[in-house]
Amino acid sequence: MISMNKVSKHYGSFQVLADCTTQVHKGEVIVVCGPSGSGKSTLIKCVNGLEPFQSGEIIVNGVSVGDPKTNLSKLRSTVGMVFQNFELFPHMRIIDNLAIAQVKVLGRNPEQAREKGFKLLDRVGLRVQAEKYPGQLSGGQQQRVAIARALSMDPICMLFDEPTSALDPEMINEVLDVMTELAQEGMTMMCVTHEMGFARRVANRVIFMDQGRIVEDDSKEAFFGNPRSERAQQFLAKILHH
Amino acid sequence: MAYNWNWGVFLQPTATGDDSTYLDWMFHGLQMTIGLSLSAWLIALLLGAVVGVLRTVPNRWLSGLATAYVEVFRNIPLLVQLFLWYFVMPELLPEDLGNAFKQSNPIVQQFLSSMVCLALFTSARVAEQVRSGINSLPPGQKNAGLALGFTLPQTYRHVMLPMAVRLIVPPLTSEFLNIFKNSAVCSTIGLLELAAQGRQLVDYTAQPYESFIAVTIAYLLLNVVVMSGMRWVEVHVRVPGYIGGK
Repeated sequence: MISMNKVSKHYGSFQVLADCTTQVHKGEVIVVCGPSGSGKSTLIKCVNGLEPFQSGEIIVNGVSVGDPKTNLSKLRSTVGMVFQNFELFPHMRIIDNLAIAQVKVLGRNPEQAREKGFKLLDRVGLRVQAEKYPGQLSGGQQQRVAIARALSMDPICMLFDEPTSALDPEMINEVLDVMTELAQEGMTMMCVTHEMGFARRVANRVIFMDQGRIVEDDSKEAFFGNPRSERAQQFLAKILHH
Repeated sequence: MAYNWNWGVFLQPTATGDDSTYLDWMFHGLQMTIGLSLSAWLIALLLGAVVGVLRTVPNRWLSGLATAYVEVFRNIPLLVQLFLWYFVMPELLPEDLGNAFKQSNPIVQQFLSSMVCLALFTSARVAEQVRSGINSLPPGQKNAGLALGFTLPQTYRHVMLPMAVRLIVPPLTSEFLNIFKNSAVCSTIGLLELAAQGRQLVDYTAQPYESFIAVTIAYLLLNVVVMSGMRWVEVHVRVPGYIGGK
């Protein structure tokens, strides 16, 4: 579904990504972790072309992301993305946040789009908030709406960029529950997250990055049981400490 | 100080014998000021929005062009720009068009030059407000729009501009006020707007205090109306749960 081959990116002389190669198969859940500045977010943003890269190749569902001839808007409409800071559109009601891209991008009729929006809000338990504005919801609720908004486009896979990092601890679980449910339904997911509990429960594979390189790319059992690199061992020792 | 106050002067018939009072002159001036300022403001808003957006697009040629536009119109004194539009521009136009302009009604000449001058001068300032509004949005908003499959123009249209415009209503209010005040400069090319009528009244009646007090009050009232109007707009576009909202 997603295939990366030797993807590299640099800002001037600073190497952000170096020769990153990995595959995500249909139905797989991949957790990407690593210290800050290791390039995790940049890597995931390269998948739908929000970040350009200088060399290498990314193929999503048979389409090359880096090819200048690719219709990026069309590609992006098939890949759902959830951001650290939710990024709902503050001037629209919740239901309109869910409907607008369906109407303007996919050309669905507004009634159907709202109908689908309501169904998805039901699914994330926020139907009653449909007529409110994003600023009137808690962070956890906003992030669940953001997931529903991404799902409204019927994506073939979902990208999560630290979806729980900006949340109060109390609200992290409600978001992770939605993500877990999604994974169990067979959605292909690539998640940048520090939630190691989520990784242990849900992930098929864990990618560990450091200084722009993919240092480990292994099944979760292997990664948590016996990380090969010293850097990953240190990382795990630190974050699993408490 | 021996000054003969005479507020009744406004009701006297004018010395030109054209069957109007000096108060009528004032009203004509006020109408001209309002007509000129509003038409220039509409053009300034449209042009300023386009130029402001272009300043933020990821295309070096387009944003460079927009920057040049802003710097030119922002950095030449308004009075000089007015003289350029009124005295120089007709000479630079193709000959037929230039002659047609020069042979048209002088009031039309003055009005058109003034309108274009105020509109372009103000559009550069509006463009700066629009640009700063767009740049003050969280950077993730653009990505969120693009990630949903919106094209860049759609992202501006549906995601970025609706919020950016709301953010810049207060600074736009002061530009709107400025355009009324700047319109007084157009009296220098002979356009009989409010300030010019005030001066003309002094020439005819030798009552400068009454005349300019009346002009001052007229400008103040005009700006009170504009401010209340913009205040109304500000309240009505507020986003619930967002800065300043309910």
